[in-house]
Amino acid sequence: MSSSAEPPPSPGALPTKPVEEIDRVAIRFAGDSGDGMQLTGTKFTEATALAGNDLSTFPDYPAEIRAPAGTLAGVSGFQIHFASEDIYTPADQPDVLVAFNPAALRANAKDVPPGAMIILNIDAFTSKAMARAGYEQDPLPKLRDRYRVVEIPITSLNRAALQGLALSQREVDRSKNFFALGLMYWLYNRPVESTERWLASRFKGDLLEANLRTLKSGHAFGETTELFPASYLVPRAKIDAGVYRNITGNTALAWGIVAASVQMDRPVFLGAYPITPASDVLHEVARHRNFGVKTFQAEDEIAAVSAAIGASFAGHLAVATTSGPGFVLKQEALGLAVMTELPLVVVDIQRAGPSTGSPTKVEQGDLLLALYGRHSQTPVPVLAPDSPGDCFHVMLEAFRMSVRYMTPVIVLSDGYLANSAEPWKIPDVSALPRTEIRFETDPEGFQPYRRDPETLARPWAIPGTPGLEHRIGGLTKENVTGNVAYNPANHEEMVRLRAAKVAGIARDLPPIEVDGPDRGGVLVVGWGGTRGGIRAAVEDLREAGHTLSSIHLRHLNPFPANLGDVLRRFEHVVVPELNEGQLSLLLRAEYLIPSHSINKVSGQPFKISEIRAGLEPILGAR
Amino acid sequence: MAAPARPATRKDYVTDQDVRWCPGCGDYSVLANVQRVMPELGHPRENVVFVSGIGCSSRFPYYMNTYGFHTIHGRAPSFATGIKASRPELSVWVVTGDGDGLSIGGNHLLHTVRRNLDLQILLFNNRVYGLTKGQYSPTSNLGMRTKSSPMGAIDHPVDPISFALGSGATFVARTIDVDAQHMQEILRRAHDHKGTAFVEILQNCPVFNDGEFEELENRKSRTDTALILEHGQPLVYGGPGSRRGISFRGGVPSIVELGDHEDPEERGVPIHDEHYEMTAYAFSLASLQRPDFPLPVGVFRSVEKACYEDLLQQQVDDAREKLGAGDLRALLHSGDTWTVES
Repeated sequence: MSSSAEPPPSPGALPTKPVEEIDRVAIRFAGDSGDGMQLTGTKFTEATALAGNDLSTFPDYPAEIRAPAGTLAGVSGFQIHFASEDIYTPADQPDVLVAFNPAALRANAKDVPPGAMIILNIDAFTSKAMARAGYEQDPLPKLRDRYRVVEIPITSLNRAALQGLALSQREVDRSKNFFALGLMYWLYNRPVESTERWLASRFKGDLLEANLRTLKSGHAFGETTELFPASYLVPRAKIDAGVYRNITGNTALAWGIVAASVQMDRPVFLGAYPITPASDVLHEVARHRNFGVKTFQAEDEIAAVSAAIGASFAGHLAVATTSGPGFVLKQEALGLAVMTELPLVVVDIQRAGPSTGSPTKVEQGDLLLALYGRHSQTPVPVLAPDSPGDCFHVMLEAFRMSVRYMTPVIVLSDGYLANSAEPWKIPDVSALPRTEIRFETDPEGFQPYRRDPETLARPWAIPGTPGLEHRIGGLTKENVTGNVAYNPANHEEMVRLRAAKVAGIARDLPPIEVDGPDRGGVLVVGWGGTRGGIRAAVEDLREAGHTLSSIHLRHLNPFPANLGDVLRRFEHVVVPELNEGQLSLLLRAEYLIPSHSINKVSGQPFKISEIRAGLEPILGAR
Repeated sequence: MAAPARPATRKDYVTDQDVRWCPGCGDYSVLANVQRVMPELGHPRENVVFVSGIGCSSRFPYYMNTYGFHTIHGRAPSFATGIKASRPELSVWVVTGDGDGLSIGGNHLLHTVRRNLDLQILLFNNRVYGLTKGQYSPTSNLGMRTKSSPMGAIDHPVDPISFALGSGATFVARTIDVDAQHMQEILRRAHDHKGTAFVEILQNCPVFNDGEFEELENRKSRTDTALILEHGQPLVYGGPGSRRGISFRGGVPSIVELGDHEDPEERGVPIHDEHYEMTAYAFSLASLQRPDFPLPVGVFRSVEKACYEDLLQQQVDDAREKLGAGDLRALLHSGDTWTVES
């Protein structure tokens, strides 16, 4: 599995230790939420992307900004999995755990397989800190039996490296994560330049000097210490040709919003209220005012979506971004957008609930809310991206759909996609679809609810257009004229017209394509952010000799037209989802098929092994 | 139909929809006055938008032949915010009521007012819920008996003027449904004000709270019950033989009896000034309530502050000046990228 290879050139001293080549590795950085774990992980990810590996990350951090130092509640972690081949998940278990304190060790050791490497900042393992983490006795002796424990006095090595700088002890100690980062760069032969560039853009003077120096010291420490006999190299992955970058789901989503404005040649209005894990979308879009985007930080979730609907009425592309608790608050306004048939995109970045729940943890619990969370018959198209980079494309699709059909559209991302990073092949802008928006301008025979015969969409007639003055609102509309109407037959007709309009979107959707045999024993059906885990589990099982097929749904309402046919061609339909069986319920109800569920609601993404374990009995029973 | 080439008249703003307010409702006169003032304001009809929430008053947009949006309960200011922030050239009017604006929508009213978008907000205050058939509202008097308060309301009422002032409103006024001339003047002033113009309109509900403002609506009694605010004029009310002024000596309002030819200033009656930056003076006026004091009507406060939509557009312009117009390709390629060769 490993072989000797030439190390890549690294800065500073010539390498003298051997380099072992490996296919893949998963590293988890863990420390206090104030230790800079997310930053460390992000920088390691950038360097790894530049080294040409396929990668997948999983940031896992507490909801508290600064939980008491040294406690289990305050532990923040960042796992990165990188490989010389395609990978789909951040890996079930880390091969290396870097623990900055006893609490980080205690919270994470259970995930580390026996024999794996655990790197400890041994300076932090005082008896007081160990007690604080809940250890009744020193865990190290037992740990050394079970793992390859590497004990490094990171705090004191960092202090020594930064001697002579005009910085407080506190400032010095805050740099220690970069010592560890430098060490890991050496251990896995990552390029340091991207991090150095980033530091230079971020810091000045002694702080810059401190971070650069400790990064180099960590690197040099790896080279000189006898703790590591060799370093490792994960060769470049064979990936499609193109220009790549790292991207998280939230950044991709934000750029999708900006891109929709460019591709549809209309300004975007984003209404949002701060909420984890959706706030970063607002932050990112707000940086790009030069695209003409207007962001509105509203006083609450209701105002955010209401303002967006107002902007849509006025002719802007409108979007509201939120997470579960905020999404609930937007339902009444969504009902108005359905009734007034205005284009709008509402993004719910799902998190674990109910109520405040676990704001930083993942769940796919809002599917039924998205489909049925409003009073009465209120159909809304629902889309779900399946990877961080896919968030970009899904947003473009959602905006196009909302304008073409004059309807609100819901996008269901989740807390895992939001913060996870993957290498993303940057799309060719000239190849992205362009949509020309045509507002109604002709007063001759204008009626606010006269429908396009093909799409059933009503015209988009915006204020400022002479002769088209009209009133819309939440009261039942008379067909065609849009006047307030109390006629029962008309009411029923309008309910059915809106339903037919949304159902008709299925005509635009590509047919579902089955991965694997198109009929047979087992079909795995996934949706949204679980795609990576499902795909990895399916491929593992195929390697183990099983035959099974899979599909992954991007369109949850309406479903693709051929979905029923596909489902009925299989003996068993199995739905892994991070909820208690919501898609499964829909498939049963819609297609009258039995479906098995593999459910998880711990706030964590699926492990590959969990999906395998759910599938094996069904595969074995056949 | 294309816009008329002749000068617009009131009729151009009337829709073909039947007006469905109860006979005798104060809303009819507000509608008539708004339609009357509209042609004078200098906007082509297609650039005018009326936005409302839910309640009797919120049917208003259906009767205005402009663009209109009848939205959801309490949220009209937020919809209006989206319209104005995205299309600053439109003349945007919010029509709301005491329940819509101050109960379910209190939060939005507060924040919309403080952002100072260039909107007109007309709050029809009849001190009762009409559309839901007669429950007490947040402006109802303590002790008001209704179906939902058979033993009397135990909520202390909120004063719309004080609420608007506390929210930082740059223009705050009060007028009365039956006083056409005064209302039209206030509507014009509200429109001409650059920033959020908040107008409380005292409005009679003949079905559920009839006569609530009788003493103010009646021309005769109004002389002694209303204090007409006029910029540059002393705070004086009453007629010959009952002339009085308001003084705030010691920070507490008091009524000063004045002779018919007495100089009010010499008696400590201040000259009304709408332009005080500090809100303390306007708050003092707002504290004047019936029956102990005359109720002030007119403009309490009119000051200038930057408008949200202008600041927002300025940021767009500044960003373009500094960074150039948005380039999608450059955005997607910003930061660290790498090339995989085929």
